[in-house]
Amino acid sequence: MSYCPHTDKEIEKMLRVIGADSVPDLFSDIPDDLRAGELALENGKSEFEVMGKLEKLSANCSAGRISFTGGGFYDHFIPSAVDALSQMSGFLTSYTPYQSECSQGTLQALYEYQTAICRLTGLDGANASVYDGGTALAEGIMMAARKTMRKKIVIDACVNPLYRDIVKTYFSGQGFEILEIAPDGCAVDREKFIKAIDDNTAAVVIQNPNFFGTVDDYSDITAAAHSAGAQAVGSFYPVAMALLKTPAETGFDIATGEGQSLGMPLSFGGPYLGYVAATSACLRNLPGRIVGATCDSEGRRGFVLTLQAREQHIRRERASSNICSNQNLCAIRALIYLSLAGKKGFREVAELSRDKSEYAKELIGKIPSIKIKNTAPTFNEFVFETDLPADTVLEAMSKSGIDAGIALGGFYKGFEKSVLISFTEKSRKEDIDFFARELENFLTERK
Amino acid sequence: MDIYYTKDHEWIKVEGRSAIMGISAYAVKQLGDITYVELPETGKELTKSDVVCTVESVKAASDIYAPVTAKVTEVNTSLDASPEKMNESPEEEGWIAKLEISSPDDVNGLMTAEKYEEFVKSLG
Amino acid sequence: MKLIYEKSVEGRKGVRIPVRDVKHYPFLPVDLLRKKPADLPSVSEFNTVRHFSALEKKNFSIDSNFYPLGSCTMKYNPKVLESAANLPGFRNLHPFLSYSARGLEAAQGALEILYNMEKALASLTGMDEISFQPMAGAHGEFAGIKIAAAYHAVRGEHRKIVLVPDTSHGTNPASSAMAGFDVVTIPSDKNGEMDMGEYRKKLNGSVAAVMMTCPNTLGIFNRNIKEVCGLARKAGALTYCDGANMNAVLGKMRPGDAGFDIMHLNMHKTFATPHGGGGPGAGPVCVKKYLSDFLPGEAVRKDDDGRFVIVKRPRSVGRLAPFFGNFGVLVKAYAYILLMGGDGLTDACEKAVLNANYIKAALEKFYELPYKRRCMHECVFSASAQAKKGVRALDIAKFLIDRGFHPPTIYFPLIVKEALMIEPTETESIETMDEFIKIMKEAASLAEEDPEAFKKMPVNSCVGRMDETAAARKLDIKYSK
Repeated sequence: MSYCPHTDKEIEKMLRVIGADSVPDLFSDIPDDLRAGELALENGKSEFEVMGKLEKLSANCSAGRISFTGGGFYDHFIPSAVDALSQMSGFLTSYTPYQSECSQGTLQALYEYQTAICRLTGLDGANASVYDGGTALAEGIMMAARKTMRKKIVIDACVNPLYRDIVKTYFSGQGFEILEIAPDGCAVDREKFIKAIDDNTAAVVIQNPNFFGTVDDYSDITAAAHSAGAQAVGSFYPVAMALLKTPAETGFDIATGEGQSLGMPLSFGGPYLGYVAATSACLRNLPGRIVGATCDSEGRRGFVLTLQAREQHIRRERASSNICSNQNLCAIRALIYLSLAGKKGFREVAELSRDKSEYAKELIGKIPSIKIKNTAPTFNEFVFETDLPADTVLEAMSKSGIDAGIALGGFYKGFEKSVLISFTEKSRKEDIDFFARELENFLTERK
Repeated sequence: MDIYYTKDHEWIKVEGRSAIMGISAYAVKQLGDITYVELPETGKELTKSDVVCTVESVKAASDIYAPVTAKVTEVNTSLDASPEKMNESPEEEGWIAKLEISSPDDVNGLMTAEKYEEFVKSLG
Repeated sequence: MKLIYEKSVEGRKGVRIPVRDVKHYPFLPVDLLRKKPADLPSVSEFNTVRHFSALEKKNFSIDSNFYPLGSCTMKYNPKVLESAANLPGFRNLHPFLSYSARGLEAAQGALEILYNMEKALASLTGMDEISFQPMAGAHGEFAGIKIAAAYHAVRGEHRKIVLVPDTSHGTNPASSAMAGFDVVTIPSDKNGEMDMGEYRKKLNGSVAAVMMTCPNTLGIFNRNIKEVCGLARKAGALTYCDGANMNAVLGKMRPGDAGFDIMHLNMHKTFATPHGGGGPGAGPVCVKKYLSDFLPGEAVRKDDDGRFVIVKRPRSVGRLAPFFGNFGVLVKAYAYILLMGGDGLTDACEKAVLNANYIKAALEKFYELPYKRRCMHECVFSASAQAKKGVRALDIAKFLIDRGFHPPTIYFPLIVKEALMIEPTETESIETMDEFIKIMKEAASLAEEDPEAFKKMPVNSCVGRMDETAAARKLDIKYSK
């Protein structure tokens, strides 16, 4: 299978122009002892065979069951127009908009996307995306470290454990101290956390709602950070931001998060969307691409990549980040999604997700041997505990065709019997009812 | 005040221990339209050849070096809002920082205005 | 064109949200709530479709324009790749399933793809093991440099320097610096290869790694590559291959055989996954056996019963992505590899090099060629002769936009003045290239006859040249109304 249009006659003509005898001649710079042998790959096949094989592999993934799995990655409804519009050639098969005059489509969309992120977070500026929520958080903390020239990071252990792993990887081996503050139940241990902030602290790091689904107001913590000269960096679930106090209202300098819920399918972990927003004092410190509005010589509004002097292709080893390609198409998907849902619909999505979660909480909270571990308000997920190891419960639910959430024992001590369970506007009442019944039956039988 | 230049195109006007520095008209021309100056903090102690600040144009970021060992006593904060001053008046209104010189001998190694003019000519 | 916010009409509704089947619950405490709703657009579904259809038309794309952007490999992206990634089993699979035994069962098909991909990419690169966590090329570089750091740390060696040639991508020094290394740049020689004398001088016991792009960003295959790797090994340093240009040697040589210890691949360059206007990409990092324990994230293995399992790596540098990176992009790349096969990939490589040499030969009388030798997948010209008349590389770029061609990469690599870096890719036909060559010749003659004419260009695009200085001085990065 080949997508090359060349005919033998054309190849001959081209070789004549080049002045080479044969195509292999063109590779004469590769020394003989470096020539590759036969590749251990089969020969190419047609679309028909390849899709046949992939369909089989796809069928071997049991997606599409009743699922209450979340943990930062949610099965929200994606309108068909998100796929249809984002797959148009101009968006799908273009490159980074270096040449602004023939990339106004991407550039305007990114300007609109940045605006949407600013409106969600309440902050002054956003970049045009980074890879995902975890790398966004790491980039946000790097911004704080550059700005404060300090080397201590105080991070709430209620931040997604996978994100904390990513942060550790980014900062390892460079003299940074990362202080994790163990949770108090399903919430931040306020007293310990605030005590840990000192004159060496570059950033305090918080997630809202936290990994356990708990919603909080962190104004006291951001105030403590600021009085120590540290920056407040947070990770925020965009759907929750439709309802919750904004990062700006709670005093965060830098807001980051995972934009997967804004029109990206789960797709086994990616591609997703990391967003980074900041107050005006931090804008020149943002990583990656940023689009700005300007005019052409006739005064027509247009858009360009701006503040490029921060970036790796100009500043090389002194760049604000090494990021080059970002998640552009995902950012455009998020913008399309937010436009389709709209000001009103997006709030509905958030309210519905929370109400489904409240409904489930009420229902399974009535099961005698179950304890809801969150004591503070939650958004669209919460933690329940039974008398059995979480894996035993999840295994049993799986037999009933339900993916009932995430076992927390692998991430937190003392949570061996706890399950994190999540809901979106797509979680059907009948499925929640079915799950509650199955769970109660199983727990009763085991008694 | 005496004015001196470095090979990296910084200028420094010296009067006793106090001085004022910026970058030359030639340097500004090479950089093109300056869009942002990342100013140093007042009180910063600089050793000769340390990076004082970074000057950004649309497609470049250039480090500006300390012509002498000195302490920063004042910075030109008006460049924050109007970086174009560096293009319009590089050796007057576009100054970057005022300094208190720690080792006056450093000045001896710098070029006079005449020498610098020759130096720029030699760059073609 | 108006912004979506300017088209917004208060009260207008978009798509229908799934119907509520549970009651309203009391609101969260008011002190946890935002003061007013986020001012997102209020537009109908059809308003949205019109808006984005209009925006899409303002972009050049491979599907509609020749896009010879050097080093970016803008080749045709087969349409079937999208269908592959959208298969429901992949699209709807929750990544947290991989964290439990029952979830592993649910993810067998996806894990098989990762397993097979690792085998395929290993055979193409001559490397042994691969991590799919890096989500773009630069992320792969960062992973690679972290691996080098971990390798030296385990051996108790403190090596703080990374060597890069002056032709390197900006991401190479940036990734090294982000991992805490000092970067030392090695100049190129008159042949466009790394200066071996300088390299020997700078290579010492403090060097942790040497990063090379192969072939390099001048489109030149470094004939000393084996020696470069050998010398590094003797000095105790690791060698890193930036695989951005792997499409130039696929099936012809393998970086692993040349002695490279670590490399990354760009799925969106070599393996035809769409660039999406600047991502998402995927940048798997590949290493030799002796470095495999350090790879980021977990490994996918086959157990004795033929089931795919996830195995922790004992000395991993840690996690760089929550799961297995941009899985959806990897599915597309996998589909591409199956479609092409070993024969097709080798053929694509040959045609890419043939096309680049054809353009080089056709234009070398019209533009200065700083390195006069055979090129690989791209050729780098200089517009310095035109610049003497006042027509810079940027002006030629704008001329091309007016004629419906996306410009080549300009001003890179940095060592070529007024660089024009042209990468046609294998999927372009001779007719398209001949048309491009004709237009490039026209630009060269116009530069002779009427250099001033360029300054107004482009005139055929929806906007003219943008005031980038004003954009950077008076930042306007969000709509405020």
